[in-house]
Amino acid sequence: MRELAYYEAKFEALDEIMAADSRVHLINGTFLSLSPHRHVFQNLAKKYGDRMMMPPISELGFCGLATGAAMAGLRPIVDLSTGSFIYEAWPQVANEAANAYSMSGGQTRVPVVFHLFHGLRGGGAAQHSGSPQAMLWNCPGLEIVIPSSPRDVKGLLKTAVASDNPTVFVDHTKLLDLRGDVPENDKPIPFGVADIKRAGSDVTLIATSFTVQVCLGAAEKLVKEKINVEVIDPRTLVPFDLATILASVEKTGRVVIADETHQSCGVASEIAARIAESGFDKLKTRIRRVSTLDVPVSYSPPLEEYIGPSESRIIDAVRASVA
Amino acid sequence: MLPKLPRDRLLELCRRMFLIRHFEESLVPLHDKGVFGGHYHLYIGQEATGVPAISCLRSDDYLFTTHRNHGHLLARGAEPKRLLAEILGRVDGLNKGKGGSFHSVAPSLGFLHSSGVVAGIIPLSTGTAYASKALKNGRLTVCLFGDGSLEEGAAPEAFNLASLNKLPVLFLCENNGKYGAGRAVAAGQSSSMAAYPLTDLPKAYKIPAQLIDGIDAGLVHATVSEAVEKIRRGEGPQFIEAQTVRWPGSETNWPSVPHPTDTSLAWDASGVTEKAREWYHSCDPLLVFIRELVEAKQATKDDVAAIERQVKTEIAAAVEFAIASPYPKPEEAERNFFA
Repeated sequence: MRELAYYEAKFEALDEIMAADSRVHLINGTFLSLSPHRHVFQNLAKKYGDRMMMPPISELGFCGLATGAAMAGLRPIVDLSTGSFIYEAWPQVANEAANAYSMSGGQTRVPVVFHLFHGLRGGGAAQHSGSPQAMLWNCPGLEIVIPSSPRDVKGLLKTAVASDNPTVFVDHTKLLDLRGDVPENDKPIPFGVADIKRAGSDVTLIATSFTVQVCLGAAEKLVKEKINVEVIDPRTLVPFDLATILASVEKTGRVVIADETHQSCGVASEIAARIAESGFDKLKTRIRRVSTLDVPVSYSPPLEEYIGPSESRIIDAVRASVA
Repeated sequence: MLPKLPRDRLLELCRRMFLIRHFEESLVPLHDKGVFGGHYHLYIGQEATGVPAISCLRSDDYLFTTHRNHGHLLARGAEPKRLLAEILGRVDGLNKGKGGSFHSVAPSLGFLHSSGVVAGIIPLSTGTAYASKALKNGRLTVCLFGDGSLEEGAAPEAFNLASLNKLPVLFLCENNGKYGAGRAVAAGQSSSMAAYPLTDLPKAYKIPAQLIDGIDAGLVHATVSEAVEKIRRGEGPQFIEAQTVRWPGSETNWPSVPHPTDTSLAWDASGVTEKAREWYHSCDPLLVFIRELVEAKQATKDDVAAIERQVKTEIAAAVEFAIASPYPKPEEAERNFFA
């Protein structure tokens, strides 16, 4: 099996996507944020410069441009870079792109991808640490993709670009250096299929994005305590694979959900509600959420660490679940 | 003045202006009787802008419009009965009842998306223009919006994008508040813009901009034709502000028809209430147009009256069709929101 860094898998996907389909245009950004790997983007720029546009700092304007271009037959990928910047583009994403297909009576398709880096990235403070996916989950009409591994980022990005719907691609900068297996000629990963990242029998630990990796670390530590954790990554929030999760809950009867969105109306809250509604009879104990605390994100490192879904908070929640 | 066009095309412009007028006048009693609910916005008084402007386009060009879209769709050739069915929320509507008055579309005519957020379409119009440029298909985009749209930040962001990238888009701003709504003549603008005249805003982004009288069909036609030619030559975006005088029927909270339109009003508006008479006498673009047609001997009064009769018959049939059309099944509400 071939091993790649996450950022390499992502760029391999972009390269293959752009080579295969001349309708794909890249609007803005580097797709690597401020990481040390930004030079990789230059290779793409050399090959596909005529299909790349560097707009002014106008998130509202260029998200609208990409949405309009998608209506007219292109398949644009827009990079918003820092996830919080999508708030600048909210009217175009939430009120135009998300609604266009439905409100036209199914006549106007909007195959645009909004790409962003969410979450606690280390020193992002309050305005650069946003995780807008929970708010976006409250906007019907958007597909939401949230990968956690090199293989997933490649396979999911291909499906996102091939989709005829507006898709928000929620990435995390802390994943960029992660290494993992990425088979050559791997197939695109369909939306709505959760992945069991670690099989286990005692507790179902559901996580998204970088928090999946945190959970895998926590699961290894819990082995010493003879707690066998099953880690499940939904991989897409819309569509959402509840069946795989319920099958796991059937087995374990215990659920912990770890995610970087804020707790109130957050991703963990919605997943908890769905499990409670459809699998309450399978539960042996209450569902536990490990979300980012409901406060603005502070800058200072120990403060940022304190509010996020850290390994220690996740371990505590799993222990409480089996106690 | 009349557009410099052959007689048959002038008569077709006349027919479409009548179509918009009688379509919209028929909406008012339907709303008052509760046949449809929600807010709605009429285009009456702006017919001499939309009809000649849209007649300058190629059949494959894109158009974006707002909550005030009925006139634009009809000017482009949308079926009145299907537009009316949409406004009534019926299954035979242009959007199968899912859009309503605010969001009526007709993709085959180039209307992909109509937004009820006043500046929502301005960035979108740069997108179709960007796609046309990338695909080299020569398709132009016309973005039709009101003066109030310029107050939202989306407008200047989109102007900047269009100008930097020399995108093939015409921004046609229809300022229907030449004298302000419900105010005395010369009471000033109706929008709240520090940039005034409004053309100062696109000019700041190096977009050529002109202010014209939107009641003058000939001037609209000439100005839009010239702008469209420049855009097709690759000169980048153009901006036109067309000013019209607010129809007195819009002065009230909900539209009300001060006087039903009839060809004869063009020559004698004495039957109109005093408050609305001046508008019908000198600011009504449809009546101005038919007076000019007759004065230029392009049509007789009888010719014009015959066109109007035919339009009224068509609208009556459209009303019948729309009312007879069923509502969508309730379950449809949770279907078809993803492609």
